[in-house]
Amino acid sequence: MIGMDEKLSFFKDGLRLDGRLPDELRPIKVEVGVLARADGSCYMEMGENKVIAAVYGPREVHPRHLQEVTRAIVRYRYNMASFSVEERKRPGPDRRSYEVSKVSREALEPVILTSYFPRSVVDVFVEVLQADAGTRTAGINAASVALADAGIPMRSLISSCAAGKVDGEIVLDPMKLEDNFGEADVPIAMNPSGEITLLQMDGRLSKEELQRALELAKAGCQQIYEIQRKVLIDRYSHMDDMGSCDEVVAEEEI
Amino acid sequence: MSDVVMAEIRKDYLYHLMLKGERADGRAFDEYREISLETGLIRKADGSALVRLGKTTVMVGVKIQPGEPFSDTPNKGVIITNAELVPLASPSFEPGPPNEVGIELARVVDRGVRESGAIDLESLCITPGEKVWIVFIDVHILDDCGNLMDASSLGAIAALMTATVPAAQYALGEDYPLPVKDVPVATTAVEFGDSVIFDPDTDEESVADTKLTVITTADGSICGMQKSRPGFISQDQIYRIVDIACERAKEIREKFLEV
Repeated sequence: MIGMDEKLSFFKDGLRLDGRLPDELRPIKVEVGVLARADGSCYMEMGENKVIAAVYGPREVHPRHLQEVTRAIVRYRYNMASFSVEERKRPGPDRRSYEVSKVSREALEPVILTSYFPRSVVDVFVEVLQADAGTRTAGINAASVALADAGIPMRSLISSCAAGKVDGEIVLDPMKLEDNFGEADVPIAMNPSGEITLLQMDGRLSKEELQRALELAKAGCQQIYEIQRKVLIDRYSHMDDMGSCDEVVAEEEI
Repeated sequence: MSDVVMAEIRKDYLYHLMLKGERADGRAFDEYREISLETGLIRKADGSALVRLGKTTVMVGVKIQPGEPFSDTPNKGVIITNAELVPLASPSFEPGPPNEVGIELARVVDRGVRESGAIDLESLCITPGEKVWIVFIDVHILDDCGNLMDASSLGAIAALMTATVPAAQYALGEDYPLPVKDVPVATTAVEFGDSVIFDPDTDEESVADTKLTVITTADGSICGMQKSRPGFISQDQIYRIVDIACERAKEIREKFLEV
């Protein structure tokens, strides 16, 4: 463990500890339709984060008292595997994952055309297999692709990433080390036209720094959107008349 | 079903008022309801505060006890924040363990206290690696008439500022006031149509598209934010809310939390 009082340098020759520029995302890898039983699914890596998202539905709501007469409800379950973090995490939901699930659901719900499916539910399940700061944003990105893969009618995709502050500098997509010792973290999610559906912030920022962070995160979301869009096009552009497509796995790396 | 119909009618009514620049209770869009704050009402607690924000009533109690530190922060005290949405406070609250609304509320209150550095956790260390002070912040909602985030955050910091570390009780020296180094204040706005409305009541909350809570510190920086409710918000709107939030927070801090 790095000593508390030792000042860690986060930059060397203008580059970050993993060699990235301040405004650079970690490498992204996406695969669509990775699960046989789910209606839609997506596996995504963002740096060392590995998440998998599955979508089931629209389907009947259980328990039935949850159903809404005018629209489908959306449920989102964010879950971390016990082995996904340094020290084993107790399995099952904790308070953090309840909050993450809530804000992630609210990040996706505005683009899902829920009024098409009254009295039903769209279930989104996100499993974090390996965590390295930014799992909620990776989960939202994967879930958004999985929703499209499941054929759920949506206004647009949602893309998500965070900006942070380390060593007084605003950086895009902080990794675990930067997040732990950083001064602030601002995860956002937005649609392709830049309307924000998720915004959280902890740490300490001035108004100007917040603006810089939002601008950076927005640029990151735009890059992620292009990747999400491309994997979906790659996956579905060579569908044959029978509605099935080749078993090629769409992959995109930056 | 009747709830859905009522909500539509209410939304329509509030929307038309909003177009005229009005709110149902006559407030300006950036105006808070009357705030009252009393501290030290609960003698059994180490710090307590009763906040009234209009008719919204929240009691916050702070208990401080020695306990074990987390293994990764052996020389730091611990803050544990919990919120109880007890069924006496609203027809829509049910008994049982906290739901996601309660958990979110507690975590946003916690974020303000923690990220502002209001409590110097290292000063709460008794024996490194063995014994530290654990500060329990318990938010008890008594009457939910909207904007629980701001009422609870105000209650939490007020209770902490008046809290005593009960050292004598545990034979750890004399009691002393809990050192509080910053005063985070949460301000919440909802977006409804294109308008931004601060300190929403329950009706305004139920019809709003999005809600944004901004927590600011005494020096005017931002130490926490949380958007909730499904809905979009633009960057410009965020900056607008942050600007007004800083002003309102400053007023609240000066009026209620200046020592």
